[in-house]
Amino acid sequence: MDLFEIIFYFFAAIVLVSALVVVLSKNIMYSAFSLLFTFFGVAGLFVLLNADFVGITQIMVYVGGILVLIIFGVMITTKVTGVDIKEGISGKLQYAGAGIITLLTAIFLSLMFINGKWITGSSTDVHATIHQIGTLLMTKYILAFEAAAILLLIAFIGAALIGRRKA
Amino acid sequence: MLEAYFPLIIMVVFGFAVAFIFMLLSQWLGARRGTKEKQTVYESGMVPYGNARERFSVKFYLVAVSFIVFDIEVVFLYPWAIQFKELGIVPFIAVLIFIAILFIGYFYEYKKGGLKWD
Repeated sequence: MDLFEIIFYFFAAIVLVSALVVVLSKNIMYSAFSLLFTFFGVAGLFVLLNADFVGITQIMVYVGGILVLIIFGVMITTKVTGVDIKEGISGKLQYAGAGIITLLTAIFLSLMFINGKWITGSSTDVHATIHQIGTLLMTKYILAFEAAAILLLIAFIGAALIGRRKA
Repeated sequence: MLEAYFPLIIMVVFGFAVAFIFMLLSQWLGARRGTKEKQTVYESGMVPYGNARERFSVKFYLVAVSFIVFDIEVVFLYPWAIQFKELGIVPFIAVLIFIAILFIGYFYEYKKGGLKWD
């Protein structure tokens, strides 16, 4: 086991353990904060796969943005602690439904994992992709860059419109 | 590849270590003589009131949604900023257009009173 594998399993363990805490924690605030470590672990995996820009985007957007939204969402809800799982027949139905869906997803993913044709190649020693991304984004894909601004503008105006409907 | 991230790893490990060591040091070395005032919740010197688990105003959420847009804008500016010297003046103008387009949204939000707190 070389250094690469050790680091991979380290990040994978962070992702799996914190994701388990997200699902199993009774306190929704603990779930939200545990999601922070899941996102960080995924960012680490991206960096490990030579995708440093995707990694930094993961930290900027998910840790810096989406998680803030989730925590604000938790803060404006009524019941933060002690959300009860439903008892009785409807609770059992929920468990059964969730179990079946999880099992089917797991089987599907396992089949894909076993039967899929994996493209393997030697890892070329790329140092940082962000320089190439910067050059390409500003030359070949400059129209897409400006289109992204318009997309963001639409999202922003839509959010402002929905958020301030009464005004 | 991994060697490039060695300084980052050192920084992360060092950051965690310093935080952890100082927590342990204050635990071991600090005196613990708890009085009634010391046991109360620290709220910047004010006498705490109410419950911390109350609902917050939805206005925080609206500000956060606006924040996300500019957060993603910064992500788009990162690759340009790193290649700034090599790319020259034309991409700079493109980025100005990018920011100008988003500024329309900011102006709309401002005019609509989305940034007022009432």
